[in-house]
Amino acid sequence: MSEIKKIKNLKEFSTSADRFEGANLLCPGCAHSIIVREVLNATNDDLILSAATGCLEVCTAVYPYTSWDASWIHIGFENGSTAVAGAEAMYNALKKKGRLKQPDREPKFVSFAGDGASYDIGFQWISGCFERGHNMMHVVLDNEVYANTGGQRSSSTPIGSSATTSPAGRVSYGEKKNKKDMLSIMAAHGAPYVAQVAPNKWKNMVKAIQQGFAVEGPVFINAMSACTTEWKFAPEDTIDISDMATDSLVFPLYEIIDGKKLNITYRPKNVIPVEEYLAAQGRFKHLFKDQFKYLIKEWQERIDSNWDYLQRREEAGV
Amino acid sequence: MENNGWNEFEIGAMLRSFDGAATDIATTHQEDRNYSSSNSFTASVADWRIEKPLFNKDYCIDCQFCWIYCPDMSIISRDKKMIGVDMDHCKGCGICVEVCPTNPKSLLMFAEQQNEEEALAAWPEKEEKEK
Repeated sequence: MSEIKKIKNLKEFSTSADRFEGANLLCPGCAHSIIVREVLNATNDDLILSAATGCLEVCTAVYPYTSWDASWIHIGFENGSTAVAGAEAMYNALKKKGRLKQPDREPKFVSFAGDGASYDIGFQWISGCFERGHNMMHVVLDNEVYANTGGQRSSSTPIGSSATTSPAGRVSYGEKKNKKDMLSIMAAHGAPYVAQVAPNKWKNMVKAIQQGFAVEGPVFINAMSACTTEWKFAPEDTIDISDMATDSLVFPLYEIIDGKKLNITYRPKNVIPVEEYLAAQGRFKHLFKDQFKYLIKEWQERIDSNWDYLQRREEAGV
Repeated sequence: MENNGWNEFEIGAMLRSFDGAATDIATTHQEDRNYSSSNSFTASVADWRIEKPLFNKDYCIDCQFCWIYCPDMSIISRDKKMIGVDMDHCKGCGICVEVCPTNPKSLLMFAEQQNEEEALAAWPEKEEKEK
């Protein structure tokens, strides 16, 4: 087992050499690359990466350029996870036969995918990877919408959000269904480590990533990625919006170990009302009309009861 | 990079990030890497910017918030010190200015055509907190 990179504070972390390059075509202020950097910089080991179709893939591999300084592959929308799982299986086979050129260098296997490629389209493939127990990490860049194709709803889109296939209008308040609880689903696969992280809490996130690299077996990371284009806020506010999301408990940060034990990894000092988080984004603008105002109250009640549920699970150690 | 017609591309492509052997990239900083012409590091998105961030060293406390939250790897930090902004890859989103905790801020957004020396000379004074 290779050594875990020591990251005590941000100054020490800032000596890392990025393996993800600029002049990619992600929007200014996109949280995707903040997440990718925090994942890649969490280790000094070699990396074998993949990306499913999505913003990250189309923006970082625009022929004739690549923005990746590590082995990286893209195949299709659904099979980013299985591409890496296949590489991991081959690595193990070559290792067993003693045919690795540098057997002392143990690479890390990471697949990146958006929420569309994880919650909907690639779900079956990810489930397969986790069932087979590959030693890999799947990182979801959860921006709650198909941002790459123009903002269609995905099964991660929350209630009341206006997406292009569930637009808000005179009658409709936008998306009708609530977000899928992907973490519980992946934990139920018996994965050794499952965590929800946010890039604005970098220390929390890097700790989760390093723990994910340290365990044997499939690891699922759900990273919140604030989308300036589809959530409709100014590009410089990415970190502010992310802070609001974690502090209003819309995105509670927690981990589930061995599918059994839930730990809350971040408790905001001052919990802010959900209304503030909703008001900051254009996609929830219509909720502040009189006819839809009742939804804000429902939001708050749902978030409160979810937080209560997480706390009870943590206390009970299940 | 040579120009190819649309029908001259092969299905599937392999691009190399570096020329020659590239080992221990994780511990090699950008200036010591041997980038190939297909690495996007050699391209520029500077023309995306309307406003650019300018850096005033005098107020910087090297907290590195700008480094960790920069989405474009454009904050150059070496030996735990922030030394400048990479203007080839900065898209001018303004996150670095938002997260800068100093008073006055050590990074501020200016119009793209702003002269750097003039901007630094006219840097705002420390703001007194209202009591």
